[in-house]
Amino acid sequence: MSAGVLLGHGLAVASILFVIGLIGVLVRRNLLFQLLSIEIMLNAAGMAFVIAGARWGQADGQVMFIFILVMAAAEVAVGLALLLRVSRRVRDLDGDAVSAMRG
Amino acid sequence: MDDLLCSLPIWLVPALPAVGFVVLAVVGGQLPRRWAAVIGTGSVGLSAATTLGVAACFLRHPPADGVRIETVWTWIDVGSFEIGFSLALDALSLVMIFVVSFVGFLIHLYSTEYMADDEGFSRFFAYMNLFVAFMLMLVLADNLFLLYLGWEGVGLCSYLLIGFWYTDAANGAAAQKAFIVTRVGDTAMAVALLLLFTHAGTLDVRQAMAWATENWAPGSTMAVAVALLLLGGAVGKSAQLPLQTWLPDAMAGPTPVSALIHAATMVTAGVYLIARTHAVFLLAPPAMTAVAVVGAATLLLAGCSALVQTDIKRVLAYSTIRQIGYMCLGVALGAWSAALFHLMTHGLFKVLVFLPAGAVILALHHEQDIFRMGGLRKRLPVVFWTFLLGSASLAALPVVTAGFYSKDLILWAAWASSAGAPWLWVAGAFGALLTAFYSFRLVFIVFFGDEKGHVEHRPGLKILIPLVVLAALSVIGGFVETPGWLGHVTAFSNLTETTLPAVDWAVTDHHVEHRLQAVVAGITLLGVLAAYLLYLRPSSIPTAVKATPLGAWLSRFWLSGWGFDTLYDRLFIRPFKGLAQLLRGDPFDEISATVARVAESGHSAMSRTQSGRIRTYAFGIGVGAVIAVAIVVLT
Repeated sequence: MSAGVLLGHGLAVASILFVIGLIGVLVRRNLLFQLLSIEIMLNAAGMAFVIAGARWGQADGQVMFIFILVMAAAEVAVGLALLLRVSRRVRDLDGDAVSAMRG
Repeated sequence: MDDLLCSLPIWLVPALPAVGFVVLAVVGGQLPRRWAAVIGTGSVGLSAATTLGVAACFLRHPPADGVRIETVWTWIDVGSFEIGFSLALDALSLVMIFVVSFVGFLIHLYSTEYMADDEGFSRFFAYMNLFVAFMLMLVLADNLFLLYLGWEGVGLCSYLLIGFWYTDAANGAAAQKAFIVTRVGDTAMAVALLLLFTHAGTLDVRQAMAWATENWAPGSTMAVAVALLLLGGAVGKSAQLPLQTWLPDAMAGPTPVSALIHAATMVTAGVYLIARTHAVFLLAPPAMTAVAVVGAATLLLAGCSALVQTDIKRVLAYSTIRQIGYMCLGVALGAWSAALFHLMTHGLFKVLVFLPAGAVILALHHEQDIFRMGGLRKRLPVVFWTFLLGSASLAALPVVTAGFYSKDLILWAAWASSAGAPWLWVAGAFGALLTAFYSFRLVFIVFFGDEKGHVEHRPGLKILIPLVVLAALSVIGGFVETPGWLGHVTAFSNLTETTLPAVDWAVTDHHVEHRLQAVVAGITLLGVLAAYLLYLRPSSIPTAVKATPLGAWLSRFWLSGWGFDTLYDRLFIRPFKGLAQLLRGDPFDEISATVARVAESGHSAMSRTQSGRIRTYAFGIGVGAVIAVAIVVLT
């Protein structure tokens, strides 16, 4: 399989994953699923980095993926902590119900 | 004795009523009525006494150039602009202060009884005193600035007193009308004074007049402009055409007010102004013609209106407008002394008609419709005789009345002075017919015929004394100036001609004069006879005339004062009110309001985006990212 086909298909998969993640964030009301969707988006971005690194034959892409992985772990830690607090406070995981603003 | 009289300062004359005003205004509410009456009447009485002393000194030791000046203090001193609070006494102002202080005193005395039951007793006297003070200041002022102060002051008092019974909205409206209409004239006058000041550099009457005579050519544009503007002021104050509409409505005030302000003194201030600034008018022949036309037109117009009025005071108001028309005519013909003479006699006899009319109104419990009066001759004898005398003087019955001598002088000037013209004489003579007719119509309707109305209040001494004194004065008053065939007394013109120019006679034939006098006397008697036939004898003619379409239309037209009110309503009041209605919502505020509204709607649009919903925010971020990428990719 040539590098060009790999790049094209790989980026297409990454884009599809990213859009799936984005749609998940937009349409899901449950905060837990929104967090999951964000993880998918992050992984889509990481996949794009890895594919690009493979295309140029460099390790930078995989380094970036490690960074993203670490950041995702941190984000999930904070996100799940917030999620717990929210679920305690409003007894619900509906993200829209959390809004206290009157705009 | 002379020294004592001559040491009397002139400023006491206006100052005494002013003090009366201050006292009444400050503590009037707490004073018992008797005290308020004593202060109000006494201050004017003392002023009249001072006038007498000052006049005696002036007549016995005439000042060198016919004028005695007294500077009380410097009022304004800015650069070259210096206005002294200075008073000048010359023949013209002497006649005026005589009329104002004496007639004023008698009317104050009359008012103590007329207003006795009124709640605003001390307020009334405070206003009246203020009026007398301002009026005396107006006529004594040595400069036009001070004159203007007095001029506006009497306008203010006129407003306050017309609207004296302010709880009735109609009175307030009449007061506003008087104030606003005269303001039109006053504005013209203010412009005239400013013009005079910018050109002559002074507002001192004598200096400004001397300057005008020296520097302005006869008939020059500036002179004509200033004269016409001054005429505008005079026309407003003296209720002449076309600003006459306020005076009939001004009768809403108490009767003593109508007598003092709107018959004897303030309304004649216009004539006084023209006489005071006669030098400018002499330089402006077109303005003089305008004065003559205004005078002649006004006297005919008001004469016709007086014929059909049914309110006793409105008849008298129109008659006042007419008589001032005569004065204007006299002034325009250069018969200054005759006009001033008529001003004096009119001041006496018009009050002599107004005060008995007031007594009748009071007796019938504020009834003013003449057709609800009748047969009062026997029940109010003194009032009847004084009213008859006043009306006779108003109608200018020959020989016995003051009005005859003064009106006759003006009519003779209309024929014989160099500015005169036969048509002016005809207008005046026709006016004499009308006056005789309507003044005796009043006498016959009110005092003769069947007894109507219930006399509730018989006039007491405080009403009767002023009536009798005025009756005597208005008879004697005529004899200070008599025609050639009756002693040829010229005391009055000798006095006034120290200040005012003499008449420039074009005709000096005394036979013509006598013949014209006979004609006018005949016309007057004809008018009285007509009134007798139509109103004293049972006659169906007045009602028959009123029944014809033309008669009915004319009667309505004249009753409404030749439709001037409607005309002004259409021409000025409605457009003004429409404009006010239009501007009520402040359309110019819309500009700034629009800015505020844009900011407000921007704010509400932006705040709607701050919903607090994570998904909306995420959507915003996503769209933003797409747009940003698209921009990068596509450009």
